[in-house]
Amino acid sequence: MIRHEVFEKNVLFLLVGILIVVAIGGLVEIVPLYTIESTIEKVGGMRPYSPLELMGRNIYIREGCYVCHSQQIRPFRDEVERYGHYSLAAESMYDHPFQWGSERTGPDLARVGGKYSNDWHVAHLDNPRSVVPESIMPTYAFLNRPLHYDDVAAHLRTNRIVGVPYTDEEIADAKADLEAQATPGADTAGLLARYPKAKTGDFDGNPNTITEMDALTAYLQMLGTLVDFTKYNPDYAGK
Amino acid sequence: MNAATKVGAAAATPYNDDVVRLFMIAAVFWGVAGFLAGVYIALELAYPAFNLGLEWTNFGRLRPLHTSAVIFAFGGNVLLGTSFYVVQRTCRATLWGGPALASLVFWGYQLFIVLAASGYLMGITQGREYAEPEWYTDLWLTIVWVIYLAIYLGTIAKRKEPHIYVANWFYLAFIVTIAMLHVVNNLAVPMSFFGTKSYSAFAGVRDAMTQWWYGHNAVGFFLTAGFLGLMYYFVPKRADRPIYSYRLSVVHFWALIFLYIWAGPHHLHYTALPEWTQTLGMTFSIMLWMPSWGGMINGLMTLSGAWDKLRTDPVLRFMVVSVGFYGMSTFEGPLMSIRSVNALSHYTNWTIGHVHSGAMGWVAFVSFGAIYFLLPKLWGRKEVYSLRLVSYHFWIATIGIVLYITAMWVAGIMQGLMWRSYDSLGFLEYSFAEVVAAMHPFYVIRALGGVFFLSGALIMVYNLWRTARGDVEAPVPLAAAAAAGR
Repeated sequence: MIRHEVFEKNVLFLLVGILIVVAIGGLVEIVPLYTIESTIEKVGGMRPYSPLELMGRNIYIREGCYVCHSQQIRPFRDEVERYGHYSLAAESMYDHPFQWGSERTGPDLARVGGKYSNDWHVAHLDNPRSVVPESIMPTYAFLNRPLHYDDVAAHLRTNRIVGVPYTDEEIADAKADLEAQATPGADTAGLLARYPKAKTGDFDGNPNTITEMDALTAYLQMLGTLVDFTKYNPDYAGK
Repeated sequence: MNAATKVGAAAATPYNDDVVRLFMIAAVFWGVAGFLAGVYIALELAYPAFNLGLEWTNFGRLRPLHTSAVIFAFGGNVLLGTSFYVVQRTCRATLWGGPALASLVFWGYQLFIVLAASGYLMGITQGREYAEPEWYTDLWLTIVWVIYLAIYLGTIAKRKEPHIYVANWFYLAFIVTIAMLHVVNNLAVPMSFFGTKSYSAFAGVRDAMTQWWYGHNAVGFFLTAGFLGLMYYFVPKRADRPIYSYRLSVVHFWALIFLYIWAGPHHLHYTALPEWTQTLGMTFSIMLWMPSWGGMINGLMTLSGAWDKLRTDPVLRFMVVSVGFYGMSTFEGPLMSIRSVNALSHYTNWTIGHVHSGAMGWVAFVSFGAIYFLLPKLWGRKEVYSLRLVSYHFWIATIGIVLYITAMWVAGIMQGLMWRSYDSLGFLEYSFAEVVAAMHPFYVIRALGGVFFLSGALIMVYNLWRTARGDVEAPVPLAAAAAAGR
């Protein structure tokens, strides 16, 4: 039996004792998430974000949307009816950082993609109360300004360092892909081959400039749309 | 210890109190700033026009400003300042490394706060709750924190007391564990050396687990272990009674720090996090109730034989009520970590109410008690300028907390029930927007509670200012007091 005096009379013993005791819980809970294969289901359809979507996601993070909107649907009848299929781990596998959120001051956005038109999103972001009178969301009209995207290839490259499987080709074409996705009538064959299901065209009603509004809307419109749930069977997903 | 021996000890060991004074000034300043930010964003939720349509004043950017200001700026300065005060007294040694190193920690920590806060307003954020500062701010804090740890360890190492006092165990656990959490959770790859943007090393479900391992233990070690260290020094001092149970402090210390670190997954119930992890998080959260109440019992029972002082000493009242709030929120926490309760409470304002009963009732109240105790000592006064004003602060702040948490309880449970409510035909009864509209009166009451809490803090600022100047309030004449109904 160790006498507690050992810790009370030697600060190094106390320090090491504390370190060991506080390290255990985290090791047991975090490390297996990397070693147990079924942690992230194998599903079809998941792909990294297109350059425009990634820039839109960065605006979502910059404006702190996550403090009021979750992106994680729980497997309850009411949530599935309200928001759609419950969220899978695979659906945020390329999210650095995750944006599951912790509050629903506003509704969950995990599957908001395709639910509303581009025009609705832009009107809503310009002034939320113009389309939802009860809304308490701030206005985001200032997003109608040019998007800075000269460094978009560097964004993809950094994502690759932390594990997102962007190819050399995708990084090289990042800027062209971004412009193609937000320009009406552009040749999007290469873009759609690299990023299937990406929504293209002008998003914000201003076809002459690629704005932050375009990027954010492109991101919102793809949220939760990648996995084809007609082919998803939860009983086999992990196997 | 009587006044004569205290002076004798101080003469033998010249303590570095200059840096403690600076920390107290900073704590009060950031406290008021943080409470003000809280009131403002509460008004934004009640009346969205307060967002002003400007990117720098929108809720999404100001909310991290509020949480960081109260946790890291107010709470952090209280913890760093009191820990430097306590470690010197309980070790009978001056701070290791000399005054320059201690000042470096003070100014370095303020720079961290300014870097983080200015970043939030400009939209520079990692998008991780309570870990929003970007990589360059994180690196700077790491340097400051390592120096802080070195000073703390060095001071304990050269102590003249054979035993390390219990307050120091808690402070040390706080410093060490925050270092571990901060470094691991903020692992990220910056896009460039001159840019502010970085991408987290973790993704998706693993990122969620790491982040809430960090996030819940920011509560567990910053807002709990650190402040328990504070409690273990200042409550016995002010009550002039010894700690109730030495054995209890040993048992609940090790149990608390071991169990707390597991509790993170209760923030992720019913998500895509594997069920085994959720179950572990829930189980340990419930077990955590015991060591938490161990601390509460030890704090409250220290007043054995001194309960009468609560009637006459509002400073002690702050401390004792804070321990009561600690007990309440550490019972509510395990309750909310039960999966079926969490199914209702998660994503609602109940969580916000829970956090604030802990943050305002426990953390802020025990801090106010310590500040009222310390300020006169640090400025060489006998007592604060006015105990009457301390009493006013206490009651106004208490009313504020009660308004706040009751509004959020009702709002949260109502919100959870409305979301899952079905009509007789089997359709969802309420649209999301209807639930938002139903929250309005509670958001107004909450903002009012915040105004009360802030007003109390402003009374404190005035009181401390007069204390530092050396003023003593003239006693209220008996006849006048009777006429005023007191």
